[in-house]
Amino acid sequence: MSLSRVLVGVKRVVDYAVKIRVKPDGSGVDKTNVKMSMNPFCEIAVEESVRLKERGLAQEVVAMTIGPSQNMDTIRTALAMGADRGIHVVCDQDLEPLAVSKVFQAVVQKETPQAVILGKQAIDDDCNQTGQMLAGLLDWPQGTFLSKLEVENDALKVTREVDGGLETLNLSIPAVLTCDLRLNEPRYASLPNIMKAKRKPVESIPVADLGVDIKSHLDVLRIEETPKRQGGGKVESVAELVDKLKNEAGVI
Amino acid sequence: MSESVRPAATEWSDDEVMLRDMVKRFAAKEVAPLVSKMDKEGKMDGSMLKQLFEAGFMGVEVEDKYGGGEMSFTQTCIVVEELSKVDASVSLVVDIHNTLNNRVVERWGTDSQKSKWLSQMATTSLSSFCLSEASSGSDAFALKTTAKQQGDHYVLNGSKMWISNAAEADVFILFATVDESLRHKGITAFILDAKQPGVHVGKKEDKLGIRASSTCEVRFDDVKVAKDAVLGSPGEGYRIAIQALNEGRIGAEAGMFLSMRDSQLLCSSFFSFSDQASDSLCLHGEQFGKPISEFQGLQFQVAEVCAELEAAKVLVYNAARLKDSGAPFVKEAAIAKLISSKTSEKVASKCVEWMGGVGFTTDYAVEKYFRDSKIGQIYEGTTNIHLQTIWKLIEKEYA
Ligand SMILES: Cc1cc2nc3c(=O)[nH]c(=O)nc-3n(C[C@H](O)[C@H](O)[C@H](O)COP(=O)(O)OP(=O)(O)OC[C@H]3O[C@@H](n4cnc5c(N)ncnc54)[C@H](O)[C@@H]3O)c2cc1C
Repeated sequence: MSLSRVLVGVKRVVDYAVKIRVKPDGSGVDKTNVKMSMNPFCEIAVEESVRLKERGLAQEVVAMTIGPSQNMDTIRTALAMGADRGIHVVCDQDLEPLAVSKVFQAVVQKETPQAVILGKQAIDDDCNQTGQMLAGLLDWPQGTFLSKLEVENDALKVTREVDGGLETLNLSIPAVLTCDLRLNEPRYASLPNIMKAKRKPVESIPVADLGVDIKSHLDVLRIEETPKRQGGGKVESVAELVDKLKNEAGVI
Repeated sequence: MSESVRPAATEWSDDEVMLRDMVKRFAAKEVAPLVSKMDKEGKMDGSMLKQLFEAGFMGVEVEDKYGGGEMSFTQTCIVVEELSKVDASVSLVVDIHNTLNNRVVERWGTDSQKSKWLSQMATTSLSSFCLSEASSGSDAFALKTTAKQQGDHYVLNGSKMWISNAAEADVFILFATVDESLRHKGITAFILDAKQPGVHVGKKEDKLGIRASSTCEVRFDDVKVAKDAVLGSPGEGYRIAIQALNEGRIGAEAGMFLSMRDSQLLCSSFFSFSDQASDSLCLHGEQFGKPISEFQGLQFQVAEVCAELEAAKVLVYNAARLKDSGAPFVKEAAIAKLISSKTSEKVASKCVEWMGGVGFTTDYAVEKYFRDSKIGQIYEGTTNIHLQTIWKLIEKEYA
């Protein structure tokens, strides 16, 4: 079997290597002049989709992003990695996971993919909700935290990383999948592919055209910097350690 | 943006940003773990070349139909710069192959030469640029390697020195004279298979820096090549080499002037003493009861070096963009090479000093940057030769 179309989500986030700074008024993370990149888990999702296509298990890979005009870079990256075309849902406001899921739902209804592949979470807000909510909205089976994906007969055989070890599930299609870190190692887009990506089609859709309720249901009260780590100390002996744990830290 | 506002040399297009990010990642993930091993063993890692080809770094500007990226010269410089921040030997492989050899074939090759050679050079086959000889370095066109025409082929004899990447190369671009009495007008460029009978690659030089990049003597003993091995026409080799080197030196500088991180990283290596790294570094990071970064004497040195690095970077990318837009660039390129190769050495030297004793040990990268940085003032024309070039152009302007 070959999936006729895979829809893969790509989110633009503050680059993983950037030192995050919180705005002085605590209203959010300072993103001015900060390097942005594709969410690493989304890269894994793109890689997996492209591999499906390369193995003849998918016919078309469509990358989708939601965000302002700058998100075009993120789509371009996905196209350079091997996605066939892009969908850019243009939206200038930050969306919470439920709204993101609803936007995806609307695009799924339009594009009728046989699988939606997403990262398990984005490294900015670490919500880990979109895939699950989308599966719920679509009433599709879901396989989350994948470390392995196989296509067998007319089903998807997925291996999930769960607390106790690995769980294997068979999912009927269409299905929603979310990727964990060990699923694959994303490729570098080669230079010729970076150039070819420029010629691949990208459709821009204003979010309003999808007729989706993206109203926020969450209020961010305050964003705080994590407390600075205090330097540690060295001890000479076990006795000294026990003493410090008892008398200085008061934990035993 | 209004028509009259033009982007600055160091303002990057979306493509350039994407390329830079990609190369940066590649360098951090694939090159960085091998740097110290390759330097110690004096050898390019076996998998490195393959990866450079797969990533498309070996045919940056080559046309799409030959398997290249069809990007700009500035983009080649970006690739070279990002690689050189991690390892100057790896960046030199990419630099020579792209800015000298690919360009020579692209510019002077016939269609059939291009489809034969360029398509392999962009995708699988490493090349070397064989110009210098034992007694013709700065005076490169006093070369003695001969090419004697015999019927429908040429027979090559002679010996080349200092040939970078010769140990690993599959293709040689060779400069030889068809008639020594014609002096530079006899010089002819050839392209040939590096593994063919009569080609002997000598032992690798044991060098101060860029140790992972092989530098070898190459001997040609009665090497027979067909007439279609000639690039351009017989006697045109001088022009071909000059033009290639005029452009190549911009690339060499994208490589050399930053053969040690960029200014930001440099400064962070300086500032990091007080807040991270190992215990021994922390010890060195504090003197006279405060972090050394609080001494104004050091702050000013860092500021000065950052300023010089920025100047070098602007010179290099300005020259590259002049080249891309078809404007004259020879003087600007020579100035870029002159200044940035000196800056490179100074910066590396300063970094060693700022780190104190540990900077002098092989445990930290700056010692290697310092050794690597010296080559910038020697290859692709020495500092003096660049001064000579600049002077000649000034002389012409005021004549
Ligand atoms: C690591 C390495 C890699 C190299 N890779 C290649 C390669 O791939 N292909 C290739 O063809 N060559 C290569 N070279 C050769 C390189 O280009 C030459 O070494 C360089 O051109 C200098 O020539 P030379 O060594 O003969 O020194 P010389 O020309 O003898 O220079 C010695 C000194 O004299 C000075 N000098 C010379 N002439 C003048 C003058 N007219 N006025 C004032 N001062 C002068 C020079 O500036 C220098 O300081 C490489 C060299 C090295 C070290």
